[in-house]
Amino acid sequence: MVRDVLTGTHFMNGDVAAAEGAIAAGCKFYAGYPITPSSELAEHMAMRLPQAGGIFVQMEDEIASIVAMIGASWAGAKVMTATSGPGFSLMMENYGLAIMTETPCVIVNVQRGGPSTGIPTLVGQGDVMQARWGSHGPYEAIAVSPNSPQECFDLTIRAFNLAERFRTPVVVLMDESVGHMFEKVVIPDKRKIKIVNRKLADKKMKGHYLPYLADDDLIPPMAIAGEGFHVHITGLTHDERGYPDMSAEAQERLIRRLINKIKVYEDEIIDLEFDEYKDDADIYVISYGISSRCSRRAVKLARDEGIKASLVRLKTVWPFPEKYIRNLAKKAKAFVVAEINNGQILREVERCAGAKPVYFSGLMGGRVHYPEEILEKIEEAAGK
Amino acid sequence: MIANSHDLEHPMDKYLRTDRLPHVWCPGCGIGTVLSCYLHAVDNLGLDKDKLVMVSGIGCTGRAAGYVDMDSFHTTHGRAIPFAIGLKAMKPELNVTVFSGDGDLFAIGGNHIIHAARRNADINVICINNYNYGMTGGQLAPTTPETAYTTTSPYGNIEPPFNLVGLMAVSGAVYVARWTSIHVRRLTKSIEEALEKRGFCFIEVLAPCPTAFGRRNEMRDPVESLKYFKEQAIVKNFVNPLEATIEPNKKFYVGKFVDLEEEMTFEDRLWLMTSEEFLKAPSKKRKEMILGVRRHVKEHMEVLLHTPEPTEEGGKGEGV
Repeated sequence: MVRDVLTGTHFMNGDVAAAEGAIAAGCKFYAGYPITPSSELAEHMAMRLPQAGGIFVQMEDEIASIVAMIGASWAGAKVMTATSGPGFSLMMENYGLAIMTETPCVIVNVQRGGPSTGIPTLVGQGDVMQARWGSHGPYEAIAVSPNSPQECFDLTIRAFNLAERFRTPVVVLMDESVGHMFEKVVIPDKRKIKIVNRKLADKKMKGHYLPYLADDDLIPPMAIAGEGFHVHITGLTHDERGYPDMSAEAQERLIRRLINKIKVYEDEIIDLEFDEYKDDADIYVISYGISSRCSRRAVKLARDEGIKASLVRLKTVWPFPEKYIRNLAKKAKAFVVAEINNGQILREVERCAGAKPVYFSGLMGGRVHYPEEILEKIEEAAGK
Repeated sequence: MIANSHDLEHPMDKYLRTDRLPHVWCPGCGIGTVLSCYLHAVDNLGLDKDKLVMVSGIGCTGRAAGYVDMDSFHTTHGRAIPFAIGLKAMKPELNVTVFSGDGDLFAIGGNHIIHAARRNADINVICINNYNYGMTGGQLAPTTPETAYTTTSPYGNIEPPFNLVGLMAVSGAVYVARWTSIHVRRLTKSIEEALEKRGFCFIEVLAPCPTAFGRRNEMRDPVESLKYFKEQAIVKNFVNPLEATIEPNKKFYVGKFVDLEEEMTFEDRLWLMTSEEFLKAPSKKRKEMILGVRRHVKEHMEVLLHTPEPTEEGGKGEGV
């Protein structure tokens, strides 16, 4: 009796929905450490994963959690961990290990107010740049950003699919408000859920398989431990054989490919949501997660005042939709960015906005925006 | 006519990535000897190479994973144990050995190893203790003997070291042994026992590091280190591991300290949880199933405190 997809209509919070999304995506291993506001996710996995034939382990800390998850991925399982700010900080070194060793895995970060212990029970969106640059060295990151429990379910499945497709860690950047928000979540029929599995090494290649020789699509097929491929996997810069190679040439070749295997598929990865005002607007509000829901209301209020505003919602924050924002800048009069930090996606938008002004509605965390606060910035942008 | 050395095949070549040799280890280093003991143990038992996994952290010993022709993972500093736990949990049929150094396993990775022992994860840990951080140039480790000189204890070490075998025994390891790199025969046997035993097995191996540690501590010549091991090591089984401390210029015990009867492993319990019988069982029955044949912590400590009287180690001839 494997109950992996709970098809039906449910009333659940975002944390639980993300856990169900993981199980529906085929997650068979979860390692984590309790931390507010993500603990409900771990608790739900502890109850549900064994029912779905999977393994739940509560590790001794977040470092052990991410590393155990990476180890389990090399045993062939789809894997996940979940945490919040302080735990995400602890995971950063091994986030890099997963990138370097091309290990498919999903890291959920239910963001809270920081830095440090901050406000554990209240919302923040201050880890956006950390998801992009938190581990040392150059690399590309993929992060999705749900704004409802339904999307926590849907985008967690997508995160697994992206991780498996591109052999890289994918971050689900939730926030406390979305994680603790209860709403209707519809779980579709199992057959209707699109599942992507990693490309595996061809058994015929045993003996002459090279673990880091990429196919034309820049992604190498993965060998699972215990199947006779005798792979050597290291966080050191390595050649196609997986052997350490301490040269600038090897570093250039490997890291360039790790970046390109995501960059060239940007259009496939990036997911934006537009409202009905998209084509008839000159002020574009850029937002994501819980802030996008406050922004949606602000745009409506602005429209009532006759301001031609429109919301562009980032369902994926990384890779950043650079090309799209640059294009939008050609017709936009101004941009407004709303997020719960001191300006992280703001910097990205400024980078792409050309000469167009970018207005910022930021909060330090602990609460979400009042729509009027964002409206004020929209009005400024409109010259009112 | 002497054959070209390139034409000669070492009996252990079948387990090595010969295209990666020569290795990084310095002349006189003990790590190669210990790796050789591991490979001989694998060979003696006739284990299927496809089902062997070596996981290591960072440091000189951590490089071992790069030389063995089996699935091998060179992880981040201190994290070999959690990697092994995740891998083993999802593929219990694999024989997973963590091969790493004292600094990697007991300083930066110290938290993981005590928890792995507590859980009785079915992994083997071979810890090469060379008293210092060799790869980074000879700094203080949690195993450096008091008063010893390292690059970060230039006036002599003021910190007492861990007693690794004592720590592992009280943390819940079902097999604990200590040898030095001169005890190749006994060490090989011990590794064989660990490879065959289910549950958390720990073997500490004292090894010379002439380049980084020895030269600052009157053991510049590796032979002096080996002589020191030979003179100071007392071979005895089932000594109380808590008494098996290592102090400068004092005799120390080597041998097998703990070898408990088989009991449920962490992986047994993890997979038990996924069975329908377990999930559907009433609470009382579930508790019985979890406890199975696993000892309580209290019983574990009682077993440790009432281990057999110390015995002279069997075997004839030289104590190596």
